[in-house]
Parts: sequence; structure tokens; C-alpha cells
Amino acid sequence: MAIALSPPGFLVKKRQRQLGTDRALQVLGLLIGIAFLVVTTVLPLYAILSKSVENKAGDFVGLTNYLEYIDNPSLINSITNSLTIAALTTVVVISLALLTAYALSRTCMPFKNVIRVLMMGPIFAPSLLPAISLVYLFGNQGVLKSWMFGESVYGPIGIVISLSFWCFPHAVMIIMTALSNTDARLYESARAMRTSPIRTFFTVTLPSIKYGLISAGFVVFTLTITDFGAPKVIGGQYNVLATDIYKQVIGQQNFQMGAVVSVILLFPAILAFAVDRWVQRKQVSLLTARAEPLQPKPNKTKDWTMFVLCLPVVATIIGVLGMAVYASLVTFWPYNLELSFNNYQFDLMDGGGWEAYYNSLYMAGYTALFGTAIIFTNAYLVEKVKGMEVLRTMLHLGAMIPLAVPGLVLGLAYIFFFNDPNNPLNNLYGTLAILVICTIAHYYTVCHLTAVTALKQIDPEFEAVSASLKVPFYVTFWRVTLPVCMPALLDIAIYLFVNALNTVSAVVFLYSSNTMLASVAVLNMDDAGDIAPAAAMGVLLMLTCIGVRVLHWGLSHLLLNRTQRWRNTRA
Amino acid sequence: MTFKKLLAGLTAAGAMTVAGSALAATELTVYTAFEAEDLKRYAKEFNKQYPDIKINWVRDSTGIVTAKLLAEKENPQADVIWGLAATSLLVMKNEGMLTPYAPKGVEALSPKFRDNDKTPSWIGLDAWIAGICFNTIEAKKHNLPKPTSWEDLTKSVYQGHIIMPNPNSSGTGFLDVASWLQMFGEEKGWDYMDRLHNNIARYTHSGSKPCKLAAAGEAPIGISFAYKGAKLKKKGAPLDVVFPKEGLGWDMEAAAIVKGTDDMAAAKKLMDFAASRKANEMYNVGYAVVAMPGVAKPVQYYPENPEAMMIDNDFAWSAANRSAILKEWQGRYDSKSDPKK
Repeated sequence: MAIALSPPGFLVKKRQRQLGTDRALQVLGLLIGIAFLVVTTVLPLYAILSKSVENKAGDFVGLTNYLEYIDNPSLINSITNSLTIAALTTVVVISLALLTAYALSRTCMPFKNVIRVLMMGPIFAPSLLPAISLVYLFGNQGVLKSWMFGESVYGPIGIVISLSFWCFPHAVMIIMTALSNTDARLYESARAMRTSPIRTFFTVTLPSIKYGLISAGFVVFTLTITDFGAPKVIGGQYNVLATDIYKQVIGQQNFQMGAVVSVILLFPAILAFAVDRWVQRKQVSLLTARAEPLQPKPNKTKDWTMFVLCLPVVATIIGVLGMAVYASLVTFWPYNLELSFNNYQFDLMDGGGWEAYYNSLYMAGYTALFGTAIIFTNAYLVEKVKGMEVLRTMLHLGAMIPLAVPGLVLGLAYIFFFNDPNNPLNNLYGTLAILVICTIAHYYTVCHLTAVTALKQIDPEFEAVSASLKVPFYVTFWRVTLPVCMPALLDIAIYLFVNALNTVSAVVFLYSSNTMLASVAVLNMDDAGDIAPAAAMGVLLMLTCIGVRVLHWGLSHLLLNRTQRWRNTRA
Repeated sequence: MTFKKLLAGLTAAGAMTVAGSALAATELTVYTAFEAEDLKRYAKEFNKQYPDIKINWVRDSTGIVTAKLLAEKENPQADVIWGLAATSLLVMKNEGMLTPYAPKGVEALSPKFRDNDKTPSWIGLDAWIAGICFNTIEAKKHNLPKPTSWEDLTKSVYQGHIIMPNPNSSGTGFLDVASWLQMFGEEKGWDYMDRLHNNIARYTHSGSKPCKLAAAGEAPIGISFAYKGAKLKKKGAPLDVVFPKEGLGWDMEAAAIVKGTDDMAAAKKLMDFAASRKANEMYNVGYAVVAMPGVAKPVQYYPENPEAMMIDNDFAWSAANRSAILKEWQGRYDSKSDPKK
């Protein structure tokens, strides 16, 4: 790309100056990116670690708190409970998700598109909502109580069902991606050798999606072990690590012990994170350039069998979400089944009223806007800047940390870090800004990876050409990179928005009088026993997410037409 | 670019939280565990006397507000606490987090209802008393007789039919446990709870939830507090509110000024109001026992003479032993799978 003839002197100078400014700006950008991650994740985590080895007065006491923890049988019990719940949920979710993902990507079953949309339903609601819905379905006054055969839904059964429900879409998406990355030629060979379909499934299909399955398994495992909403609502007397943190901090004002449980909760999450990284590395080499995409062919028996097998899953999703909507409209369960909007009069109840809902909208909006801007810019610097290996690696590694940090731990870490009077940023405490920052940090990694993937697809020649044309890098960024990555940007924005609206764990320690959030209101209303209004607020959040998703769908179609036409019109 | 956007974001977000204020001349951040439905009424009464002080409520259940206040000890956000358990305020007084102040007319309050220091660190407002919410429809279904005493609740007919609040998070739960220990003595008190534990379906985080669950028929019996039971019964829930004959545990809702408030003058005005006759009449709408003698009129569905049934509560003992009691309780009952001692 270098210009063959040496250009006149003044042009060289101008270009060097431009390169100098570019360089300085890039270094500055990288440094700011790193500083952002250090302040929003590394330092708070350090604060929580040091808190766990301090006593109430703030003196260093070594492992005393940990010993006290081990000494308490009911706390130790929670570790076993958490692992049991996570293991059970993972097995249930992965088997159902494999079935569903297979049906969606490898068959021509009827109503495939409708089912595909329905499967995503649970992702739009906070994890509290399925748990609340289960209370109405299987609780002591539940409509289907007899299905429990005398068992109580309050406890491990309820937690596993609600978490399975809530994690299901995540697993389906990951497994579907794995299933779509398969080489059709393998199946042709199998058919040529007259391998039976079942044998093909075990010798071709399963091995090829092995990493996808492991990855999905660990995602579900982490989501489950760190979730706090479902066990809080339906856990009864069954304690898990996540609810222990909440109880230690909120109930007993024992911040040190909360910090200890947080550190313990970090271990499984870090393990899951490490395995996931390992899997990601392995998976890259799976597809070769010559692979051919697999197109499912209609096969009446197979298609209808899969459809029938998927029906219970579909029925469960419709049933659980539908029950939540119905319960939110019933006037006084179970003695007055008349329908009304009484439960939507949030201003008359605990939990912050309608204002909480508007706060949530603002919070989610700001998170989507600033989160996308910050994360994408940082990803750009990691991916597209030449040289400066050390800074770029630091930024990239920093972006990976949040994935291993459960929301509850992050939230508690933020109290320790930001509410320290010696912290110059402590005036952020209690504002909407800290909720936005915390939420961005909490969901940073997945967005970062999405952005990096999108950026990798852009030919590096763009930068090279622009540089040789003396266009500053930020102009290329604005004119080329951004428009090309528009779909990824929208995906990141909607991901942040939906999660910001529904998250409880990260923000439950951080909200203040002016910044009550709807998702926390769901939790608090359920806590106070106002279960129907809690369901109503949860339904409201779900409808909002679905509405925004539809808007996003329309917008991306419009934008795709404008900015992405080049993808299809290859000369 | 990143930084600029970040800054813009912070400013915008910050502006948002500030907006909506600046209406009244002075603002007070008031931490409270008052029932949500009472907040507007209380603020309205207060503003009739002091129209230029705006109250910004931070409301949550007792355990959460207490935890929040202690967490913010170094960097207090609250100006005044109005409506939090006296046991919690005692803890805060010991931590040196309150500014003593004698509100106008504090002498008129019953001595039981104020800090005994010369300049009281806190004043009591009203008593919140234990009560059992008993769902008559569900009881008929399960053939359960109506209990009349705490002891009744340990009978085997009630197995799996009782819900009570977890004292670790709920102020109501704690006052129950503290009252049993005071009434029955420590050894017999724990023995009572061991037997009661056999009948408990689950422990909830909040004190009003057992009553609301009883009202909704999730369990026939909820150990809760009188205020909630009376309110729900008035709303038409199929409840009877039972007041066990051995005596009733209670705690008081109290008020105090948080050390480090920016606006001492306004905080004092709020304390003056909180101790006034007008305010006591206002508490009496939901609570049968209030701090100023002679004000209280009987409240529907409360016992006729609630003060006679209330135990002689030793708050200093409760506050001093709070963490030991909670630890013991947690060790014994907090996990179903725990081996029974």
C-alpha cells in the first residue's frame, strides 16, 4: 500500500504529523479503556478481597472470617446446595436445549419459526418471574398443585424448574450455533456408507458439537450458581450461596461474611470461565474454508416426531409466562378471581411505584447507549490498532474479567469501593450513574466478544488504505467501521438494554431513594408478600423487553438495507 | 472519545437524579421502615406544618434499612431516621451514629418511649406488636382449631401449616424470638422454638409476608404483627388476628437524627413534628399503642387493651444480645437439612 514514488517533502511531514496525532490518540484511548476497566472491576474486586480478611473495625485478621465461615454448618451446607442445584439444572437444561436446538436447526418441523421465537421468551423476563409464576402454578394454592404429588415447590424443585426455564434460551442459542457450524460433507459420507441415523448422531453430530455443549453447560452452570432471584422467591428453607450473601449483608449487616461468601462464589465462576476460554480456543479450528453448510431436508416422520417432542417445552414456556400474566390480573388470589388492573397500581405498594419503572427505563437506556459506545470503542482499539501489544492485551484481558464475576459479588464490591469516603469517586454512590456503570461492567465481556467478532470480519485493508490516504483513523472508524458493524452494535445495545432492565443481582445493593429500579421492586414486593404486584411488575418488564426487541428488529431491518447491502451484492 | 462519552454519560445521569428536586426549599433524606401505604399520608401531615421541607423517603424493611445505615456509617446518606425499630437505633447509638436532640414536647411522651439519656438520642413513636394471622377458610379445609396461645402453635395438628419471619432479616421475627426468650427464659425459650420449628413450613425474609401469605391461603397460619393482620382483615381477607395469651412481643418504631446531616435545622423540625400530638394521632390510625399517653383510640381488630398484653420488653438486653441470638438461631434452624440439635 505504500506509495511507490517518494512524495514531496511537505506531504511527508504532514503525514508524519497525522500519524503522530493518531498514535497519541490511540495510546490515550487504550489507556482510558484500561483505566475504565481497572476502576469498574479490578479495584472493586480488590476491595472485596481485602474486606474478607478484615474485621468490623477494618483491621487485618487473616483468614479468621473464613474459619468462622467453615465453622457454621448452615453456611457450609449452602455450598453443597448450590452445587446440587447447578448440576441438576445444567443436566436438565442441556438435554432439553439439545433436543430443541436440534429440532430447530436440523429438521423441517412444522411451525419452526413460531417455535424459534417462543423459545426466546424466558430471556425477556427477570429470573424472578418464572419463580413467581411457579408459586401460582404449584404453590399451596396453585392451580396444578396436584402435579407435585405432595412435594413442596418451595425448595430445590422450585429453584431447579425456574432456573432451567430462565437459562434455557441461552443454552439453545449456543447449541444452535454449534449445530450450524457443521460440515454437510460429513453427513453425505455417512449416508454414502449407509450409517444409521442414530449412529450418525452419535458419531458425527455429537462429536462436532461437543465444544458447544461444554460451553453451554458451563454458561448454564455459572448462571445458575450465581443467580439469586429464583432461590430468593421460591427457595423456601433451601439456602444457596447467592442468598447467603444477601442474608449476611442485608439481614445481619455482616459485610465481612458477605465478602467471604462472595470470594467463595468466585471460585466456581472462575472455573467455568477458564473452561469456557479453553473451549473457545479449541473450537476455532473446527471449521475449514471448504466446509459446506448443512441444509435440513424435509422428512415427514423425523419432522413430526421432533415437533411432538418439542411440544412439552413450548407448552411449558407458554404456560409459565401465561400464568404470570394471568396472576398479575387476578384481583385477590385465590379468593377473588375477577380480573382487574389493581395489581398494577404500584404507587400504593412497597417497592418504589411507577417511578421505579421509569428509573429502570432510563437506566437501561443509558446503559445501552454508553455501554455500546465504550465497549465498542475499546474493542476497536484492541482489534484494529497496530502495535502496542502490551496495552492491547491488557485491555483485552481486562474485558474478560467481568464474565467471571457474579453480579451480586460485583454489587457488593461496588459498595466497598465507591462508598469509601477516601475514594474521590464516592459522590457517585447512590446515583443512577453508579447503577449504569455497574451494569455496563457486569455485562461487559459478552458485548466485547460480540464487538471483536464483528470487527474481525472487516478486512484490515480498510485501515491500511485509509492510512495511506492520510485519513485519520477516527475518520475511518466513523465512516467505515461503525456503519459496517451496525448490526453488531445494535445487538450489543439490545443485549445491554434487556439485561439492564432485568438484572437484580448487581444492583440490589446499590439503588437509593431516587434510583429505585423495577427489577428490585419485583424482589421487594415479593419479599413483602405482595406477590401479585410483583408478578405485575415482572410482566411489565417482560412486555417492555419484547417491545424493544420488536423495535430493534424493525430498526435493524431498516439499517441493514441501508448499510449492509454490500454483504449480498458481491460482484 | 471514550472518556468524553463517559463524562457526558455521568453528567446526564447525574443531572437526572438531581432533577425533580429543587422544588422545595429544603430537602431531607429520611430512612424509614414505615409501611409503604403510610408514607404519603405522613409526609402530607408533616408538610401541613412545614411546607418548605421536602421529605425524600428511603423505605425498606427493618433489616435492610439497618444494614444500609450501618454500611454508610463512614459516609452517611440519611439526614433523619423516622420509623425504624428501636433495637436497631440502639445499635446505632452504640456505634455513635446519632446526634442526641430533645424534640419540643418530648416530656409528654411516655418514658418507655424515649431514650433515657438526658438529651435523648432517639424517641419512640408507636409500638408494633406481635400477632398471628389465622386464615379461617384454609383452617376449615385442614380442620385446624384456632390457636389461642404461643404454646398451641407447637401442637402436632399444625405441622407444616405455620409460616414465620426469619429474625435475621425481619424486625418482626426478631421481636418474636426476643420476646419468647424473655417470657419463657432462655432455656425454655429455645426449647419452645425447637418444638415450634417442627411445625414451621418456612421462614420468610420479611415480617409482613407471613400474614400476606396467610391471607392468600398459602399457609393457614402466619406469625406476623397486629398492624398487618388488622389491615388485611379490613380489606376483606378471610383472617382472624390472634393475640396469644402468654403475652405479646413488641418493638417500637423510633426516630433519630443521623450524625453528619447537612441540615440540622430541618432535621430538628422533623423530630419536633414526630413527637407532636398531631403525629401521634396520625400513627394511631394503624397502631393501637402510641408514644403519647392518652392519645390512642382503639383500632379495629386489635385486642381491647393491647398495652396490658405487651411484655415488659428489655430493649437494652435485646440490642446487646442481638447478634448472639441471631447466630444461635441461624445455627439451629436456618437450614432444613441441618441435623436437629
